[in-house]
Amino acid sequence: MHDHDHEPGALEFRVQALESLLAERGYVDPEAMDRLIETYEHEVGPHNGAQVVARAWTDPAYKARLLSDGSAAIAELGFTGRQGEHMVVVENTPEVHNLVVCTLCSCYPWPVLGLPPVWYKAPPYRARAVIEPRAVLAEFGMEVGDDVEVRVWDSTAEIRYLVLPEQPAGTEGWDAAALAGLVTRDAMIGTGLAAAP
Amino acid sequence: MTPEAPFEEPWQARAFAMTVRLHEAGHFTWPAWSEHLGRALRAEPERPYWESWLAALEELTAGSGLASTAELNDRQAAWRRAHEETPHGQPVRLTDQ
Repeated sequence: MHDHDHEPGALEFRVQALESLLAERGYVDPEAMDRLIETYEHEVGPHNGAQVVARAWTDPAYKARLLSDGSAAIAELGFTGRQGEHMVVVENTPEVHNLVVCTLCSCYPWPVLGLPPVWYKAPPYRARAVIEPRAVLAEFGMEVGDDVEVRVWDSTAEIRYLVLPEQPAGTEGWDAAALAGLVTRDAMIGTGLAAAP
Repeated sequence: MTPEAPFEEPWQARAFAMTVRLHEAGHFTWPAWSEHLGRALRAEPERPYWESWLAALEELTAGSGLASTAELNDRQAAWRRAHEETPHGQPVRLTDQ
């Protein structure tokens, strides 16, 4: 619990109060809220994005569609809906490393990554990813060479970014299902790389 | 790959779901929500994320007339009383609405 400034249970009672008022007035349906929470706790997550990345690694035509119209190509795999309406996919190469942040709040591509991790929403990452991306990447254990350009993408309420990481060496010829197991959440934010085989 | 749980406490999940459902019902646009959340985060950078989320949600619901701050205060107190007066193990219900 973080509510050290509140009476015990104050936040719980506050939220319960708001929900009961809004439900009585017909503005929210608690059962629909239950289903929504279930979805984001158990169904939607980085395993979706990993399928997108693995498909791009194994299917050049799909990759071309993904980079030209991210939302449509992601929808081909069935990942649509809230906060994925305007997806832009940015490709890592030996020359360019991409990093995604939301400096305003916590905009994030829910259909492919689920809800954001705590550090993504925290002030230090939001402030520093733009100002000193290489230092931030170093803290995630990533050394990016001086010859590699770092591009930082600031998500907004309208546009969400997904990083297409580089396929790890030594995985040529793997099928998409095996490759998807190497694609981490952080690799798709840009604070990590796909796992080595 | 085991992603971390998106919520640390159930109230955070309720606040999240309320926000998304109110948006989907057309009570506010998502850019408007982002503006409010961003403002709440900037106003108190040390405040835990989900508390800022709740503050932004209250501001929007009060501002659009869905539930006023006074109503919310009264109802919060009622839930606290109900909780305190309910024997352990019994479902908590409001009786004095």
